[in-house]
Amino acid sequence: MGALEIINFYLVPGIVIGSIYALGAVGITLVFAILRYAHLAHGDLATLGAFLALGAVTLGGVSPYVALPVAMVLTAAAAVMIDKAFYAYLRERPKIVTVMASLGVALMVRAVVQVVWGVDSETYTRGIVRPDVWFGIRIRDRELITILAMIGLVLALHVFLQQSKWGKAMRAMSDNPDLALLSGVDNKKVVMLTWIIVGGLCAAAGVFLGLNYELKAMMGWTMLLPMFAAAILGGVGRVEGAVLGGLIVGIAEEMSTLFLPTEYKAATAFAILLLMLLVRPTGLLKGKVL
Amino acid sequence: MEWIGLANYAVFMAIFICIYALLSLGLNIQWGFTGLFNAGIAGFFAVGAYTSAILTSPAVEGRIGGFDLPVPVGWIGAMLAAALIAWPIGKICLRFRSDYLAIATIGVAEIIRLVIKSEDWLTNSARGITDIPRPFGDLPYVYSQLAYLAIVAGVLLVAYLMVERQIAAPWGRMMRAIRDNEDAARAMGKDVPFRRLEAFIFGSALMGLGGALFAHFNRTITPEAIDPMIATFLVWIMLILGGSGNNRGAILGVAVVWIIWSMSEIVTDQLPHEYAVKAKYMRVFLIGLMLQLVLRFRPEGLLPEPQGTREEVSEKSK
Repeated sequence: MGALEIINFYLVPGIVIGSIYALGAVGITLVFAILRYAHLAHGDLATLGAFLALGAVTLGGVSPYVALPVAMVLTAAAAVMIDKAFYAYLRERPKIVTVMASLGVALMVRAVVQVVWGVDSETYTRGIVRPDVWFGIRIRDRELITILAMIGLVLALHVFLQQSKWGKAMRAMSDNPDLALLSGVDNKKVVMLTWIIVGGLCAAAGVFLGLNYELKAMMGWTMLLPMFAAAILGGVGRVEGAVLGGLIVGIAEEMSTLFLPTEYKAATAFAILLLMLLVRPTGLLKGKVL
Repeated sequence: MEWIGLANYAVFMAIFICIYALLSLGLNIQWGFTGLFNAGIAGFFAVGAYTSAILTSPAVEGRIGGFDLPVPVGWIGAMLAAALIAWPIGKICLRFRSDYLAIATIGVAEIIRLVIKSEDWLTNSARGITDIPRPFGDLPYVYSQLAYLAIVAGVLLVAYLMVERQIAAPWGRMMRAIRDNEDAARAMGKDVPFRRLEAFIFGSALMGLGGALFAHFNRTITPEAIDPMIATFLVWIMLILGGSGNNRGAILGVAVVWIIWSMSEIVTDQLPHEYAVKAKYMRVFLIGLMLQLVLRFRPEGLLPEPQGTREEVSEKSK
């Protein structure tokens, strides 16, 4: 097998799925670092975003790229409402109780998707898209857009976290919530802002997954493990780590099919997760360990 | 004769309640007494079911076993297998906060599901394992059901008494101390990760036993026998509603939730097909909502955990 074939059949799909994982993992790492719990409904929130975009595509007749911002805004609103309804009052209780609540929310969100959109798999557009060839590397438009959109969204988030007042407040709460509170950071607003960002990123991950593969009610749940593996691999609380982790997990999953039966693709993420917890729980970029 | 049908159904339900009660007791050891979040209950359940099935079913071409061993050997094997899977996971994850265990157990359950679905030589993949012997399975239907109910109820009683005894012992006190204040327990010289590992393994073994009882009751086991997410979640809501940290509460919660769950299924099955499918998901939604409501309004459950003897002593001394 030539180098070009490896790039075309393993590396490119790995980077594409890795970009999708990265979008989700950034959200997971933000919740983990700022709110300090593992959010198990993350994947199903992505499913919701993907299907909201499908709603916009079928009702409005727009292209999925136009539906993406709509879905991001709607999912962000859904995330804020879920937080207000199901997580906010658990804030004083041990964090693990919120993890449990999020497992319930995961089931509820998925049930809503299954009731509204049914259980059959769907696609945004019909027909086969032929890949373009650039110097022998075959890549489809939507794959290129997925990668570019991931880079764009993460850069925007990075600038926001580093430069803006609210971004600094978020980082302060991630470093030390009590100190942040004493310094006048409004915790409630930071929590809300976190959910807006996380909901938007979730929707983006879901829409791009639906665009490159297909939309299914279980699509987000199956993505949960790779997203967590990516967040922990990169280091909890590190946005750039989550991107790195997402890409590594995505590429490792695709490459694993060279040695393992395809059914066990999903096991790769799990192996990476356990390995990191065993050898270096702080992750590649030295994040937090809760 | 309508009432015979009803009685048969009641026995059937009671058997399921006993099986779920074993899972709930297992989870109570992990969550109720130790504070460990196991989101992969269905995985340990499946390991138990398949282990016992392989050990006790008659030999078949094309896959490992069956070894045609006596049923109790299968049950012990199921517990050992579930414990063996729990050990490395607990070893790696229990040094950290329970969030990591939650993620890892979701992963374990997923991997177990993949193995069961794709490994022909081990589990006969989609066709599953058939001809699993059932104790007293040769009797006429009603007697055989009743006999099996007696067996599962007996197993449950033994498990309940053993867990109660263990929790009342100094070991149980130590586990609660670790759950409630890890730092203080560590300062008292308790080996926190090791003790958590013990609780995780004991709980998982009970879940494996529950799986084995289920396989022998059904006589067959296939990858589609249970929906992993729903089964796991049902056990959680059973324990939380019943009262985590209280074994009687854990069993009461099973009875309440299982009766609501099966009754609502009977109702929705009457609906025309296109609504029946949607109604199934509405039930899942409502069970998720039920967890949120319990967490919000009655986090201690129907039967709260007994609060030790200190208050009673101070009451008397007044």
